[in-house]
Amino acid sequence: MRLTCTVNGSAQQVDDVWEGESLLYVLRERMGLPGSKNACEQGECGSCTVYLDGVPVCSCLVAAGQAEGRAIGTVEGMGSEETLHPVQQAFLDAGAVQCGFCTPGLLVATDDLVTRSLAAGAPPADAEIREALAGNLCRCTGYEKILDAVKLAAQRMAAPTTGAPR
Amino acid sequence: MRFLQPTTWAEALEAKTVHPDAVAIAGGTDVMVAVNFGRLRPAALLDLTRVGELQEWGTEDGVVRLGAGVPYARVITELGDRLPGLAMASRTIGSPQIRNRGTVGGNLATASPAGDAHPALLAADAEVEVASVRGTRTIPISDFYRGVKRSALAADELIAAVRIRPPSGPQQYSKIGTRNAMVIAVAAFGLALHPDRRAVGTGIGSAAPTPRRATAAEDFLAGELASAGLWESRAELPATTAARFGELVASAAAPIDDVRGTAAYRVHALSVMARRTLGWAWTEYRTSKEV
Repeated sequence: MRLTCTVNGSAQQVDDVWEGESLLYVLRERMGLPGSKNACEQGECGSCTVYLDGVPVCSCLVAAGQAEGRAIGTVEGMGSEETLHPVQQAFLDAGAVQCGFCTPGLLVATDDLVTRSLAAGAPPADAEIREALAGNLCRCTGYEKILDAVKLAAQRMAAPTTGAPR
Repeated sequence: MRFLQPTTWAEALEAKTVHPDAVAIAGGTDVMVAVNFGRLRPAALLDLTRVGELQEWGTEDGVVRLGAGVPYARVITELGDRLPGLAMASRTIGSPQIRNRGTVGGNLATASPAGDAHPALLAADAEVEVASVRGTRTIPISDFYRGVKRSALAADELIAAVRIRPPSGPQQYSKIGTRNAMVIAVAAFGLALHPDRRAVGTGIGSAAPTPRRATAAEDFLAGELASAGLWESRAELPATTAARFGELVASAAAPIDDVRGTAAYRVHALSVMARRTLGWAWTEYRTSKEV
């Protein structure tokens, strides 16, 4: 079947999509966007987290056809190598990236958390961070640095002029 | 495989009649796992996410009608006050990503004995509204579960909604797992006190072939509360009553040993969860205003 959707703001169309295929497979294997990672394929690890119409979801659990006409945001849409997104810069600066496999999913989940928290008026508290990232597994177990990175990102995104270059 | 994508409820029911072997998919948190692992190759996937009617909830004659496609995240944020037990259960499910997609309708359709919504639905005396082109029928939640991952749903039927009366008293929910997120329950328990009709509701999860009530425990507790005048006096609950309630809940279970826990542990955990949730609920009842 044919799938038409918007990915990171650009219209995309792919053909010959198998009806049982996941959105993750389409992104990685048909659209050349391997940022979202394929690990557990059962929604346990969060490494395939993307925005679907602005809501973070495990793309491995979205049937490709369910994305028809929807807007998808992946880690590739967050920043470029020249201008990193403040969440990406914070993960680098805090030393929150080890093997990097969980990082794309954590970046999307963190961006969602920090954006929502700041819109509600305050950076996320430690308990909120742990709850919001509970579905993103890091098997290098770098969680303390990841917590540091989220707090750093929230601080910079609340006051972008004092943060890293955007 | 076909991919069917109705945009109205009538189209969805028509599609299910024409393709009774189609597997309905909403959040995909069960269906896509099975497809990804090659365990499920249905003739068709019937995507229900475009059916607007399923994504809504409303109140009819004081009863909340929760569309089958409303995700857990919205149950938590929009219905925490009206459906506290189900909202508590929803908070224990998966992760934010899973709660953004997974639905109560999907939990019912999968009918896993470990489904987190079931104990809360049982305790609250929910009803499941199912439909086909033949018509709509309402199934009491206790009659819905028919075996391990089997339900009363016919091949041409789809789940439209769950009907739940907002509580007249406290509700509680407890779940045992190895961490506070992303776990399939080792055992779970839902409790509802119904002071308006002097009744007690319970639901046991992950400790029998199907989710089930502990009716002997419900009858015992309702009887004790009535005979001691505790509904009216709101006095302290005797420790012996709470302990006996826990024992009766545990004795209603029929668990197995599996990778998540032993049958003996599940029985013990249920007695503890039942006693504790009753303690929390009774404390709330004692300190709440009379209505």
